[in-house]
This record gives sequence, structure tokens and C-alpha cells, in this order.
Amino acid sequence: MGQYLLSVHAAEGEAHEQSKPPEEMQKFMERVTALEAEMKASGAFVFGGRLHGPDAATVVRKRDGDLAITDGPFVESKEHIGGFYIINADDLDAALAWAGKVVECINEPIEVWPFFEMPGA
Amino acid sequence: MTPIVAAHREAPGVESVFREVYGQAVATLVRLFGDLTLAEDAVQEAFVVANDRWHSDGIPPNPAGWIVTTARNRAIDNLRRSARGRELHEQLGAVASRRQGPGADDWGEDGSVSDDQLRLIFTCCHPALRTEHQVALTLRLLGGLSVDEVARSFLVSESAMTKRLVRAKYKIKAAKIPYRVPAEADLPERLRSVLSVIYLVYNTGVDDPERASLRSDAIRLARALVVLVPDEPEAPGLLALMLLSEARVPARTAEGALVLLRDQDRTKWDRTMIEEGHAIVRTCIRRDQPGPFQLQAAIQAVHCNADSFDATDWHQIVALYDHLFSLMPTPVVALNRAIAIGETEGPGAALSALDAIAPDLDNYHLMHAARGTTLRRLGQRDAASAAYERAAHLAPTEADRRFLAQQIEELAEDGRLMQHLSDRSAGAHHEERPAQSYLAN
Repeated sequence: MGQYLLSVHAAEGEAHEQSKPPEEMQKFMERVTALEAEMKASGAFVFGGRLHGPDAATVVRKRDGDLAITDGPFVESKEHIGGFYIINADDLDAALAWAGKVVECINEPIEVWPFFEMPGA
Repeated sequence: MTPIVAAHREAPGVESVFREVYGQAVATLVRLFGDLTLAEDAVQEAFVVANDRWHSDGIPPNPAGWIVTTARNRAIDNLRRSARGRELHEQLGAVASRRQGPGADDWGEDGSVSDDQLRLIFTCCHPALRTEHQVALTLRLLGGLSVDEVARSFLVSESAMTKRLVRAKYKIKAAKIPYRVPAEADLPERLRSVLSVIYLVYNTGVDDPERASLRSDAIRLARALVVLVPDEPEAPGLLALMLLSEARVPARTAEGALVLLRDQDRTKWDRTMIEEGHAIVRTCIRRDQPGPFQLQAAIQAVHCNADSFDATDWHQIVALYDHLFSLMPTPVVALNRAIAIGETEGPGAALSALDAIAPDLDNYHLMHAARGTTLRRLGQRDAASAAYERAAHLAPTEADRRFLAQQIEELAEDGRLMQHLSDRSAGAHHEERPAQSYLAN
């Protein structure tokens, strides 16, 4: 069993859910709710959430030995992490199966990142 | 880790046994210990022991069993020595922990050797790994090639290949790419990935005579796969495709230049391989579950069935390409179909078909070579020459470039001959050049 981050990357300035008509938005939310219920029922769900855009994000880094807090730059300027799930899965195939369901649900590419496991944890 | 196989070239018997059993032994050790690096290290150590012992005592009756038992004992010893190992060792329980004397034969107790290898093949060709990593892992872990041999096959240094393999194995471990046959629903697609890797290995050997051994490695892997997945007709389809291509290798080049299918000495074709390939294709046809590899094999079977170029059943070949294109609508399939159309409907029809796909394949030498041949048949010498020049510029191998240079030279001779004839007699006209299928070579 391992933990995986399933992350969705949204293009900068993209707010497509706001441009969706209300009935489509409602269907979208129903799909997401159903998928999350399935994840929870199977024990895969650990945590998930949607993030604000880069306008709301902050980077903390060391600069000349001091901590510097800036509103960027971020790793990838064109895209940012838009939301994520953390799931439990036996192996990569199981994690990929969940990622596939998320893609079917929200119609965005999903990156699958395994969590580093601490020895003895 | 030093490649033991490459280090003992003076003992070909032992070396070929090592190559044969490496994949089996690693696959079984992975099942027992769940760790690729541990498995490989233990098998390498067993080879060192075997290398000493087998040279004096001879090769044992069951070398694979001997290696697995020895490697398992080594792995257990290695685990006991390290702290991390002790932890893993406790988790593993009884199955892996009993030491056994060499020759003990119950190492396959939890599943057959072929099941172990099948699991490992799907791990090596997992789509989460980059193609170049899939190929390297497959050759190393299933083909039994040393790291140095894999490195030479891909024209990179041994240290670069070592790094590539380490990175691939890191991903398998960190992301927990499973060691198992994929679920039924994923199986056809995952199998395609495995077959594509094997075919890529074969074609790497076709493109470069220095890497010819990759062709036999690929055929060996395909043979193993046919046994492992007897219900999947695409596996024998790939095997037949490679056998029928391999059978014609002796006639494909002469003095370092490519020989056209039309001009090949068909008595040089390997009849045994053709018979085996034909038998597999017939079985595939009876099963009636066509797929891309089976159809490509059927096309090769039609070529191999013809006593001469002119006796080739081009109508059947076009029909097979039509079927293939419906399953695999790629520009390269369209290119091959266009060339076959040149034999059934003539060069005009072929040129229209080629022009339709030319933008997609502008960097592919075979498209320009096919256009050159077609334009030449239509008597458009300057355009043909320009197409051959472009093909030669893009061609990957010396044999291709030599062939294309010959074509350009022949076109120039045609031009001189035409000039000569028209000087002597205004009524003389040039006979149309015979059809030449460069791609079907």
C-alpha cells in the first residue's frame, strides 16, 4: 500500500467552470461527488481539494541566507496545480485506475505522483 | 554491477546458458523477494559461483534451477546482513527464507517460471515508463543482455545505460509499478505495449547491421511470449511477422547496398523460417481475430509465397493493407498501401495516394524514395531525381544511401540514353521502367 498525489493542472487564467452553464456545472458537481463517495467507500480517499489560482499562491524560498516571500515565480508559469487528491492504493495500477476515473469525471489530465515512503513508517 | 556474461567470452557454453536463464532467474527472484535490484544482484552472484563451478564440474542438468536456488540462498544471506534486509526478511516469512542445497527443484512452488516471466515483462513494458526505458529493461531483464551489450545496442556508453536502468528501476520501486499480469480489461492494451517494445528491438537490429543480434533477441522474446499468452493471437502474429522478415535478410543486401524485392535472389530466402511463418499465419487466419501484427504478418506471407515479384498477389496485399489501415490509420500504413496500389492500379494512382500523405511524412526517407520510384515510372526524371536526393539526405543507413545513389545515377543514365535516342531518331521512345517497390524490400 502506498499513497499517491493525483493532481490536476489548470492553465493560467482559465476559469472554465465559471463559464459553464449552471445545469452543466451541476452535473459536473454530481459526478465529482459520486466519484469522491466511491473513493471514500473503498478506503482510497485520504484528502482532496481544489486550489485557488496562482494569484493567491505564495512562494517561500531562501535568498542570500534569508527567507524571502514572493508571489512567484512558480515552477511552471503557464500551468499551475488546480486541485488534487491524496489516495491510498496498493500499487501504481490501482492509482492509475483512480486517476482514470478522475479524468473521466473532470475531463482534465491528471498527474500521478507517488509519495516518498519513510523507512519504518 | 560488472556484466558477468560479457566478462567470460571464452566459455560460450556457459555464457549462452547465462543469457538463457537470466530472465527466468530474475523473474523468479522478483516473485520471491519483490525487489528487482536485490533479485538482479543475487542472480549475478550466482553466475559468479556457477562460472567457477561449471567450468570444472560441467553444466548441471537443470541450470536454471541451480541458478535460482543459489541466487535465493545468496539473497537470503544478503538480507540477513543488512538492517533493512532483516526487516524485509521478517515480512517475507517462510517461502523465501529457507536455504536450500543447489539442485533443489522446488523453486517454482508458487507458480511456474513462465508466470514469473510474464509478470516481469508487463512490469518492464509498463506505460508509466518511457519507451527507451521499457526497451532497455526488456533487453536487460528478459533478454539477458549485459548492461554493456544493451548500451552498445543503443549506441550509448555503459555508464549512460547503467544510469538509464537505475532510473527505470527507481520509478518501478518508487511508484510501485506492480509485478503482475494486468487486469483482464487492461490486458490487450498492455500486451500491445509489450509487443511494440519487442518489434522496436527487432527493427533497431534491421536498421543497423552492427546491431543484428537484436533481431534474434526480439525473435527469442516473441517465442517466449507466444508460450506465455497462448490466448492472444497478436503474439504469434508478431512472431510470424519477424520470421517472415528475417527469412529474407540474406537476399536484402549485396555489396553493402539494398537489393529491391523485385531483384532479390529468392533462392537465398530462408525456407525453414518462411514455412514456420506461414504456418503461424494460417493458424491466425483460422482463429479469425485479426490485429495489426497478424495483418502485417499476412502481408509478408503473401510476399514470401510468390516465386517472383511479378507473381505476387498484389490485389490481396492491397486488401490486407485496407484492413490494416482500418485498424491502424497511420501515415506509414497509408504509404505502404500507396506503394501496393502502384502495382495494381499503376503509378498514376500511386502518386495521387502518395501526394495525399506527403505532408505527414515529409521527414521520412521511405516516403521520398517511394515518390522517386513512382515519378520515375511516370517518366518524370527530374522530379524523381529530386525525390531520391531528399530520401538520401534523410536515410538512416549506409545501405539505404548507397541504394538511393544508384537510383540517382540510373536516372542520369536514362536521361543520357533518351538524349542519344532522340538525337538519332525522333520516333524512338523510351520504354517504361518496370515497377519497383522499394518499401516492400
